[in-house]
Amino acid sequence: MTSLITQVEQDPPDPQGVLLDVRNLHVEFRTRDGVAKAVNGVDYTVSAGETLAVLGESGSGKSVTAQAIMGILDSPPGFVTQGEIVFQGQDLLTMGKEDRRRVRGERMAMIFQDALSSLNPVLSVGEQLGEMFTVHRGMSRKDAKVKAIELMERVRIPAAKQRVGDFPHQFSGGMRQRIMIAMAMALEPDLIIADEPTTALDVTVQAQVMELLAELQRELHMGLILITHDLGVVADVADKIAVMYAGRIVETSPVHEIYRKPAHPYTKGLLRSIPRLDQKGQELYAIKGLPPNLLHIPAGCAFNPRCPMAQDICRTDVPPLYEVSETRASACHFWTETIGE
Amino acid sequence: MSETTTHLTKEPAVAPDREPILSVRGLVKHFPLTQGILFRKQIGAVKAVDGVNFDLYRGETLGIVGESGCGKSTVARLLMNLETVTAGQVLYKGEDITKLSGKALKVVRRNIQMVFQDPYTSLNPRMTVGDIIGEPYEIHPEVAPKGDRRKAVEDLLDVVGLNPEYINRYPHQFSGGQRQRIGIARGLALRPEIIVADEPVSALDVSVQAQVVNLMGRLQDEFNLSYMFIAHDLSIVRHISDRVGVMYLGKIVEIGNDDEIYEHPTHPYTQALLSAVPVPDPDARDRRERIILVGDVPSPANPPSGCRFRTRCWKAQERCTLEEPLLAVPAVFRGLDSPAAHDSACHFAEEKQVVPTEE
Repeated sequence: MTSLITQVEQDPPDPQGVLLDVRNLHVEFRTRDGVAKAVNGVDYTVSAGETLAVLGESGSGKSVTAQAIMGILDSPPGFVTQGEIVFQGQDLLTMGKEDRRRVRGERMAMIFQDALSSLNPVLSVGEQLGEMFTVHRGMSRKDAKVKAIELMERVRIPAAKQRVGDFPHQFSGGMRQRIMIAMAMALEPDLIIADEPTTALDVTVQAQVMELLAELQRELHMGLILITHDLGVVADVADKIAVMYAGRIVETSPVHEIYRKPAHPYTKGLLRSIPRLDQKGQELYAIKGLPPNLLHIPAGCAFNPRCPMAQDICRTDVPPLYEVSETRASACHFWTETIGE
Repeated sequence: MSETTTHLTKEPAVAPDREPILSVRGLVKHFPLTQGILFRKQIGAVKAVDGVNFDLYRGETLGIVGESGCGKSTVARLLMNLETVTAGQVLYKGEDITKLSGKALKVVRRNIQMVFQDPYTSLNPRMTVGDIIGEPYEIHPEVAPKGDRRKAVEDLLDVVGLNPEYINRYPHQFSGGQRQRIGIARGLALRPEIIVADEPVSALDVSVQAQVVNLMGRLQDEFNLSYMFIAHDLSIVRHISDRVGVMYLGKIVEIGNDDEIYEHPTHPYTQALLSAVPVPDPDARDRRERIILVGDVPSPANPPSGCRFRTRCWKAQERCTLEEPLLAVPAVFRGLDSPAAHDSACHFAEEKQVVPTEE
């Protein structure tokens, strides 16, 4: 299956800019019921200052890929079975544990969806923020506290000085997510992975948080991987998109092109199935069926049972990632028809 | 892709002479805040719902939107009589159901059913699908006599698009979207007139969300149902609703039909809320004006005086602190034949288009 997946060069000509290069990544979970193939040959790159949105539904492998990059995959049952994760020229997968630990937190950091369960409830936010500096920079606790207050001000938490000793539950959801962002930013990493950073937040707060994230990213010229299922958020902030389905990337594209002319039936179906604020009630297009069970991924193209265009070849041959243009690729045998319609 | 999207045959805007099937008048729910262990004394109250009025007509969908903590779910629970009201009335065909109990309440409840948000926790994992959907018949045996129940449940499964053969399966054997269909089937079992749906699709994946939304639309036409559709997702609410009410801190701040609220909002909170919704169109990035509100929603235990939105509002003036704006057609628009002339609780209401129009 993997031999069919071709490597697509989709990078800006400047190789210096490439921060992270994920190549042919495979992750599986060995469970009691069998082997769940969560990630089946994912390739993507992120450059400094660039925002890559990884779009997919639950079970598409978007978060597992991120966990593999961060090196926080639960293992067992999760195992990286193949591939490379090249970060600033070094393969993270062959690196020693200590070295990898140094990369994590300092050079790449992650923001999680649920800030309340990602923060330690029995430590004040000041201690948790300060920990970044005592552990990685060897600072004294006193200096670390000053740094923590600075960080809280930077993510615009009002009255930071007074609130540095407060505990996570004393903050609102939006404020907690700001603290998560502050923690990720603390050591000014080169890459930030944000896994559904605003999904748990209200829209007005989501707008505040996304704006803050975009601003800090510009300021620090970081690479950002934004993992989300929200096509609206993607359209607002992403430079390029990778759409995932059943552990594979089915389409990659710069953001403007994909919304105008999707090259994969799954992307196309997703775009047509979301109700829109600027459109009145018409019956929604619904992709039929359900996402596949990862223990039994359909033969051929994993999307074929739900695809309105599926032909015999789709049920037998895994489509490679076809080059659509210099910057776009689609894993559909019939991408020309899809894009042409 | 040959399947084209078809226009839903939406009921025309509500005819004024129609009798509402459900009327809510001055609805108030305060949850007491107490202190002390042995001698509990009340030190205040969380004003979750603080004076809400609206009507629901037969066959229409009323959407209620608002951020978390605005009281929208409490309104749903009050309509179901799952909480006792602090003050106010819920009139079902003219009868105040908050005063009912026992047999009379049971009769009314048959006609108002609820669909919950989380299909993972709202279905009993130890009951089969057949038992879950058939359970309402235990309480209301008159709807389906014992011998007919299995058939009735199979019919319901068919109606919501599930295979009737699944009747003996357990909830964990279904996906999220399928579970929500089971929740809907249970809501339909007693052939109610009103369904109160509290965030029914929020927990579902995008591609499955569309299936459930379409199903709800189809069932509404088929059974002439009235929906109270509570959600925080403004796009879905626009899609499904005939009228929309926007809630903030226990009050409705603006209410009107789809066009009035989305194309001609006059309340600053509605405008901010709409402008914050990400639109799946990267080309709209630069065309849109974003109103980014500062701060968080104040505590409902201690809401601001006057207009409750004033602490986050960019238009707030002294008058807003002193005088609470009432939900009515604002003076500037009164008597005008314009979509801007709808109920909006703001002293300084003005029209502002915030939803990007398609080119």
